[in-house]
Formats: sequence, C-alpha cells, structure tokens
Amino acid sequence: MDFAEYLKEQRNQEWRKELRSNIKSKDRTAIEKVHMPEENPHVRNTNNIEVNTGLTMEMAMKEAQRCLDCGDPTCISGCPVNINIPKFIKNIEKGDFLAAAASIKETNSFPAVCGRVCPQEIQCEQKCFYTQKLNLPSVAIGYLERFAADFERKSGKISIPEISHHNHIKVAVIGGGPGGLAAAFDLVKFGYDVTVFEALHEIGGVLKYGIPEFRLPNEIVDVEVSTLTKMGVKFVTNFIVGKTATFDDLRVEGFKAFFVASGAGLPNFMNIPGENLINIFSSNEYLTRVNLMNAAKSEFDTPVFSGKNVAVIGGGNTAMDSVRTAKRLGANRAMIIYRRSIEEMPARIEEVKHAQEEGIEFLNLHNPIEYLGDDQRRVKSMKLQKMELGEPDSSGRRRPVPIEGAIEIVETDTVVVAVGVSPNPLIPRSLPNLNMSKWGTIVVNDQMQSSIEDIFAGGDIVRGGATVILAMGDGRRAADGIDQYLKSKF
Amino acid sequence: MANEILEKVNFSENVVKLIIRSPYIAKSRKAGHFVIIRADAAGERIPLTIAGSDPEQGTIMLVVQRVGVSSAKLCDMKVGDTILDIVGPLGEATKVHKVGTILACGGGVGVAPMLPIVEAFKKAGNRVVTILAARNKDLIILEDEMRLHSDELIIMTDDGSYGQKGLVTDGMKAVIQREKIDESIIIGPAIMMKFASLTTKEFNIPTQASLNTIMVDGTGMCGACRVSVGGQTKFVCVDGPEFDAHQVDFDEMIERLGAYKTQEKVAYEAHEHECKRKH
Ligand SMILES: Cc1cc2nc3c(=O)[nH]c(=O)nc-3n(C[C@H](O)[C@H](O)[C@H](O)COP(=O)(O)OP(=O)(O)OC[C@H]3O[C@@H](n4cnc5c(N)ncnc54)[C@H](O)[C@@H]3O)c2cc1C
Ligand SMILES: Cc1cc2nc3c(=O)[nH]c(=O)nc-3n(C[C@H](O)[C@H](O)[C@H](O)COP(=O)(O)OP(=O)(O)OC[C@H]3O[C@@H](n4cnc5c(N)ncnc54)[C@H](O)[C@@H]3O)c2cc1C
Ligand code: SF4
Ligand code: SF4
Ligand code: FES
Repeated sequence: MDFAEYLKEQRNQEWRKELRSNIKSKDRTAIEKVHMPEENPHVRNTNNIEVNTGLTMEMAMKEAQRCLDCGDPTCISGCPVNINIPKFIKNIEKGDFLAAAASIKETNSFPAVCGRVCPQEIQCEQKCFYTQKLNLPSVAIGYLERFAADFERKSGKISIPEISHHNHIKVAVIGGGPGGLAAAFDLVKFGYDVTVFEALHEIGGVLKYGIPEFRLPNEIVDVEVSTLTKMGVKFVTNFIVGKTATFDDLRVEGFKAFFVASGAGLPNFMNIPGENLINIFSSNEYLTRVNLMNAAKSEFDTPVFSGKNVAVIGGGNTAMDSVRTAKRLGANRAMIIYRRSIEEMPARIEEVKHAQEEGIEFLNLHNPIEYLGDDQRRVKSMKLQKMELGEPDSSGRRRPVPIEGAIEIVETDTVVVAVGVSPNPLIPRSLPNLNMSKWGTIVVNDQMQSSIEDIFAGGDIVRGGATVILAMGDGRRAADGIDQYLKSKF
Repeated sequence: MANEILEKVNFSENVVKLIIRSPYIAKSRKAGHFVIIRADAAGERIPLTIAGSDPEQGTIMLVVQRVGVSSAKLCDMKVGDTILDIVGPLGEATKVHKVGTILACGGGVGVAPMLPIVEAFKKAGNRVVTILAARNKDLIILEDEMRLHSDELIIMTDDGSYGQKGLVTDGMKAVIQREKIDESIIIGPAIMMKFASLTTKEFNIPTQASLNTIMVDGTGMCGACRVSVGGQTKFVCVDGPEFDAHQVDFDEMIERLGAYKTQEKVAYEAHEHECKRKH
C-alpha cells in the first residue's frame, strides 16, 4: 500500500467519519486558536524551568476540533518525517491520547522533543489548510504533538515497539544526536544489532549540550533514549570513531554498515581583532558549560563566567538560547547584537518573542568590528559598526551595509559569539577517500549513502546545520538505505 | 573493568602516576596524543597527556600534577577506583622523523607528556639530548625512564638541590653552544615554554611546543582551547597540541589560562576544606 492509499484507508475508518460529522466545518473554523500557557517572564528568567508549560487536556481537545481532517492533508507534506497529522489529532479530539501518541510514533520516535523544538511555523503548520487557504492561524500541530507525547510519558505507559525478529547483523551509528537516534530507532525495529557510538559522555547531541533546559529539559531526552535502550540499542559513550577506533577496526569487529550523524559542531568566529580576549566564548562553549556540565550549579566543578553585561553576537536560535541563558545566570544587561533587522533574524519567532518578554535587549543593525580588553586581557568593551539595509542579497534578505563613520562603543564583560557552525571535521579527517563538498559536508545520494558503500550519513554533517526534525528524517531515510544495502549483500 | 586504576605511584607530594585500564586507547594512541577525563559525575572534563601505554595489557599511563580541584580529585583516587569517563586518544600525534639531534626540554609535569615523544624520536634513530627542569629535586619526575631513552640527560633545578643550578634556558644555551641541534621540542608550564622558545628562536632552531590550554570537549566543538599561532586562531585540541613554538602567542595563552583564576581558587579552597572535614 502506498502512502496516499494508507492515508485514505485510515481516514475512511468509521470513527474518523463519525468525528467529522459531529461538528460542522464552519463551527470548527470559528474556534479560536489555543494559546500555549507560559511561565511569567520575570520569574522564569531567573531560573531554568520550562517556559512553555504545555496544553491542558481541555485545551488540547478543543484545539483538536479545529483540524478539519482534510481529504488532502497538506500539513503532512510540511513534516520531514511525514507524521500522519490528522490521525493523531483526531485521536486527541476523541480523547484517546495514548492512541494519538502511538500514531505519531509510527514515523517519529521523539515527539516530545519535536513538539518542543521544531520550527513548526515554517514546516507542518505552514502547509496547513488554515494557513494556506483560510488565511487563519494554523492548527497548533506542534503543541498537540507535545501534548500527546507528554501525556504518554506521564502516564507511565510508553509504548515500546515490538521487535519481530533479530537478524544479528551489526550496524554502527556514529553520533548520539537526533539524526543518529532516529536511525537507531528504525534499524533496531528492522531487526539489526545496533550500537550508537558517542564522543561525549552523554547521549543527545545538541539536544543535551546546546538547547537549554528551559526549552527542552534533559530528562525528556533521557526518557526517549531509554525507550531505545529497552528496544535493544546499545550505547557506547566516550568513543570517537576515527580516533578511539577506526572504521576498519569496527569492520573487523563485525559491523557491516555505518550511519554517520556527527553533526556540525565546529564553531565559527568572525576573526576580528580582540576575539581571543578572556570572557569571549563561542556559543557552543558557553551552552556546553551550562547545559552539559551544569556549570551554574555549585555542586558541579566546571566553572562558567557570566558577567553583568553580556553581549551575544548573532540572530539565530543559538544566539537566543545563549542570551536567555545569560539572563538566567544573572546578567543585568543581556543583549543581542545582530547586523540585520529583527524581522530578518533566523531564530524562531516564538524564541524572539520570549526573549523580548524576558527583558533581552536587541541591538539590531549593529555589527561588532573589534573587542577591547583591560590590562589583564579581559574584554571590557566592543566597537560596533552601525548598519542600514540595502538591496536584497542572494538569500532574498536585504543586505546590511555599514553606515560610514557610525561607530558605537558598548561596554561588555562577557561576549558569546553565535555566528554559526561548520561541519565537524573529525570523521572526514579519518577517511581520506570520503567524497566531501567544498563546505566540508559529506556528499550522499538519495539513500543517504556516501562515496564509501558501507558508510551512510545524514543530519548536520550532510546539511551543514539544519533542524532536529530534518536530521531525524535523514536518519530514517538512511535506515531504509542501509536496510536495502544490507539485504542486497547478505 | 574499563577505566579502573590498576596502579598508582606517588612521584612527589603533588605528582602521581596512574596506570589505567583502557584497552581501545592503549591500542590506538601514539606519541603526542592526550585523553579527556571526568573523574566523577560532578567533575569537569580535563585534558591529560597519555604518557605511555601497554597495548597487550590494555593499559595507559597518566601522570597528574595536583593544581586544582579536578586534578586533586584524580590524584586522590585509589587503586581499584574507576574513573567515570575517559575519552581519546585526542589531538594530532607528534610527527616523528629522523632529523639528527633533538633537544627535548621538559619542565615540571611537562616531563610526562614528553616521555613518549622522546622515546619515539630515539626509536626513529635520532640523537636525543634531554633536559629536565624543576624548581627543586623533589619535583623531578621520570628521571630513570627519560635516561633510558635519551643519549644524554641534563637536570636543572632552580635552587640547585639536584643536577645543575639554573633555569631550563641556561641548560639549553649550554647545549646549543656546544653542539649542533637540528630540532627542539619543549613541554612545560606556559611561561617556561615562552622563554625556552625565545631561546631556540635566537639560534634559529625549529621548535615544537605542546600547548596546555583550557579545554572542555577536546573534539573541536567549543573553541575554549583557541590560541593564536602565526596570527591565526587555532584549536589546540584538534589542530595541536603541538605547534611551531616560534609562531605561538604565549602571552595570550598565559592570560587565557588565567580566565577562571578566581573561581578555581575558591573551588579549590572549598574542596580542601571539605576533604579535611571528612578526615
Ligand atoms: C543552541 C542550538 C539551538 C538549536 N535550536 C533548534 C531548535 O529549536 N529547533 C531545531 O529544529 N533545531 C535547532 N538546532 C539545530 C539542531 O539542534 C541540529 O540541526 C541537530 O541537532 C542536528 O542533529 P545531528 O544528529 O545531525 O547532530 P548533533 O545533534 O550535532 O549530534 C552529533 C553528535 O555526534 C557526536 N560525534 C561527532 N563526531 C563523532 C565521532 N567521530 N564519533 C562519535 N560521536 C561523534 C557529537 O558529540 C554529537 O553528540 C539548534 C542548534 C543549536 C546549537
Ligand atoms: C593537551 C593537554 C595535555 C595535558 N597533559 C597534562 C598531564 O599529562 N599532566 C598534568 O598534570 N596536566 C596536564 N595538562 C594540564 C591539566 O589539564 C590541568 O592541570 C588541569 O586541567 C587543571 O584542572 P584543575 O581543576 O585541577 O585546576 P584548576 O583549578 O582548573 O586550575 C588551577 C591552576 O592551574 C592552571 N591551569 C588550569 N588549566 C590548566 C592547563 N590546562 N594547563 C596548565 N595549567 C592549567 C590554572 O591557571 C590555575 O592557576 C594538560 C593540558 C592539556 C591541554
Ligand atoms: S515533527 Fe515537527 S514538522 Fe513534523 S508534525 Fe511534528 S512539529 Fe510538525
Ligand atoms: S491541513 Fe490543517 S486542518 Fe487539514 S488535516 Fe492538516 S492540520 Fe488538519
Ligand atoms: S577543547 Fe573544545 S574546541 Fe578544543
């Protein structure tokens, strides 16, 4: 059965028909979109509690009524892992939340994560009938996904997919981020003997070391990982493939295929004078100290410096996470320095809004050109070039151009540079024959297979920096690719 | 069990040698590589050079100097204890080749990382002159091992309590003026490396220094370890740890090592207090 037929068959089930007939479409579209309850901005910016507190049961069921259970559910095409969105939402409308969670898990192994961090507004929700045709706010697909997943977790009845048979063929997944975890989930379901190798001491990749607790509690990642453990996936932390052991060593140990999801963990700097002064950090260092190493808690040994006047350079999610972390570590002034205008920031709209509510200052159309230090080489101020918007550039956004002579000096005692990352070079360096792009990403075909036949790759190491769900979509596609490859060989 | 401490030797009051079970790393490591360890669940990740290994036994050797909380935790661990996390081997291995005569200069605990390097250069057919330098006799470590792999071993102490009295640079100058040195390698405290590097620069001797910056992940992910080399920013954990010493901005490196001075001092005092309370 192909995907369209499957959707149709599901949609034609009696209970779905009945739900559709219960409420008129006109009445459904008249319901106002739900608001996500949030912690008070002036309380939450002093601690690490989650900002979005989640929908109540009533809210979720009401919001689920808005979904029209479309004959052509365009929302699905906006989801990189093609979740059967109307099916799970109608299950919520019906009040069968566990069934909703199970429907999501048909294709997405980490709904509690995606429901929190997916940029839904440019993915599924952008393709929703409401957005596309009615010019109304979309169905809150992401919030509902999170609701179903949280309900399942709290119920203690997390479904562990049955593994029908074990084929004892060993497959290695390299990198414990979302890409690697999604691949491991499918591979173990197919019956493979899966081992995930992770360089750090914890599993989760960016979900653990990058994205802060107040957006994605680590505990949620751990629960999703424990599902994998229960399914039989083995995790080996503190193991760097290419260093601790080579691909050849692992082949000798019996691994028949590899999925590389090693991420884009190499921080970019701007290479401007003074950037190596003390208390200038990459966002990766700053966030890792706080999120992975718990530096802000006194019972942990790792230190973090966070002054009173923190400047974060950049306008993406990483910049927002860093600046909001700085506020929580006690900064009086926590500012975003970004060379374009606020409308052009790549960060999610919700994150920008949350940051604004929490008292973050935005210095838009400002670009740092030099850092100045005190006699101990600690940063004490920065020189900012003011910008204005010129003609659109290749990305379609208006290009920021310097206003001649408009230089401002702003005091700062901590700077976090969040101007992007590049692909992690550890794996490519260990495989001289691997076909790489000029941007340092691994080149793959449609099955996510690299130029070395038993090595597949996906996520940020292939895309050079994307999203959690795109990495997971790659992981699933690679699992299929590996399955086909191995079936053709053994 | 992996990561178990099998043997512990106190070299001096503040320096211990640990033999640890770590079969993968024992097999894959080369001279110049290091590991990152985390002693316990509250611990920080700290880099330590692999001073030696026994691939058959599956063990590696670390030599640790007590300087702050994390190194103290490790120095206080006992035989039979398990280190929570060890990851490696990290960094680029030393480029070992036959060049003629090598002058190897190790200061303080920098002698430990130098041991495998000296061993490798000797094995490659070089004449190796080694200088070990420390403040006093008690701080000289690995003397016998070094002697075994060097053609000549010179010991310098600041106070003259052992070997010759003087700084490492005094010893270096004497050797350089006496015979032709083709290459030099220096490992030790940043300040020692700065002056040792100035010394070889004066005589135009190509020199490698192994840098010991602050690190977090050790895989190129955070940039905490960055240094300026020839005006360019490099990451010590993936581009190094060895660099052309004459290109390194040691002043910047020394300042960056002091980034957490205040917090480290407070933490160490709290740790010592806690230990005393327990005993
Ligand atoms: C601060 C921050 C906030 C973000 N916010 C969002 C968001 O809100 N929504 C969203 O969709 N996306 C967000 N992203 C992007 C998203 O996190 C990434 O696109 C995604 O994590 C990529 O997944 P991955 O599996 O490819 O790699 P990663 O998550 O980077 O995981 C790679 C893992 O591989 C390990 N590894 C690397 N090399 C080796 C090796 N040789 N051997 C063993 N292990 C290795 C690494 O240690 C790491 O754990 C954010 C990113 C950051 C940094
Ligand atoms: C590649 C590499 C290899 C190393 N190999 C060894 C080794 O084989 N044996 C060994 O004993 N040490 C080695 N070090 C140094 C070791 O990592 C530090 O001594 C340790 O991190 C200090 O942690 P701490 O919490 O005990 O002290 P902290 O409280 O962090 O620091 C106490 C004092 O030590 C200084 N210090 C902090 N970090 C370093 C550092 N990285 N290097 C030098 N001084 C530092 C600080 O300026 C401070 O004054 C190496 C470092 C690197 C980067
Ligand atoms: S996984 Fe992301 S894109 Fe897909 S439905 Fe959920 S929120 Fe939307
Ligand atoms: S497009 Fe929107 S309304 Fe239609 S099924 Fe999908 S979520 Fe429901
Ligand atoms: S230690 Fe993090 S990049 Fe070198």
